[in-house]
Amino acid sequence: MSWLYLTRPGDWLILLIGAVAVGVSVPVFWQGGLADRAIIRQEGKVFAEVDLKARKQFAVAGPLGTTLIAVEPGRARVVSDPSPRQYCVKQGWLMRPGEIAICAPNRVSVQIAGRTKVYDSISY
Amino acid sequence: MTPSVIELTVTAEDRRVAWLATAAVGLSLVDAAIPSPLPGVKPGLANIVTLVVLARYGWGTAVWVSALRVLAGSLLLGYFLAPGFFLSLTGTTLSLLTLGLARHLPTRWFGPVSLSILAAFAHIGGQLLLARVWLIPHDGVFLLTPVFAAAALVFGTINGLIAAKLLAEPAPTEATELVRR
Repeated sequence: MSWLYLTRPGDWLILLIGAVAVGVSVPVFWQGGLADRAIIRQEGKVFAEVDLKARKQFAVAGPLGTTLIAVEPGRARVVSDPSPRQYCVKQGWLMRPGEIAICAPNRVSVQIAGRTKVYDSISY
Repeated sequence: MTPSVIELTVTAEDRRVAWLATAAVGLSLVDAAIPSPLPGVKPGLANIVTLVVLARYGWGTAVWVSALRVLAGSLLLGYFLAPGFFLSLTGTTLSLLTLGLARHLPTRWFGPVSLSILAAFAHIGGQLLLARVWLIPHDGVFLLTPVFAAAALVFGTINGLIAAKLLAEPAPTEATELVRR
């Protein structure tokens, strides 16, 4: 059964506008917009703040050795780290604003930031 | 028996509104029976009736049918004057206002599908605003907007297609209407 004959040209326009509106609403309403920066910290101080646009590698020195951080368009991750348990490496790619990988033993962290500041929790 | 003093004259229009509202209430009950992953995401099948009524009998009748549906539906499902009732009322009011404007769009280009999608967006928009202002006074409510908007688009399109399909058939006369419903 064909349903196509039930639609009129303008219906497709409205459908398209609706789909665009839904698409736009995702970054607008979901947590602080899209990820656009990675903040790399060493000993709690900002080591580098990078736009998540280009492909880059960072080597950050810590008390245990060197932490390698990779930045790609829209995401960032800890590639290697001398920490014994490798928690920050196992976290993999970070791509949402507010996400953070902390390599505590080597005192390095990578955090994703968006347009607005987000909280990891709120209590009343 | 004492003859009644008050004479209520029931016009053909009254009967029609009553029948159409019954159909809409029936679909509201079907709607409520369909499990939903998230409160607020519902097919809104009763809106098919609103669209058909709007096209066949005009905006005034559509308002009557919708108002009766919200009232009777909430009584039957037991949420009359509960928050859900006001959400339903706000959504319906906004979508009726939208339909009132949108029906003036050139019909050659914009059919029931357009009206249905616009009404669905207005419906969920009104509900979200009421929820933000009254029920959950925190912007966190709007986190659900993309989900609701996507549901409005999908169900609006489907309902619009069903309404268009019903409207493509010849209008039933009053007598067949009684038999068919």
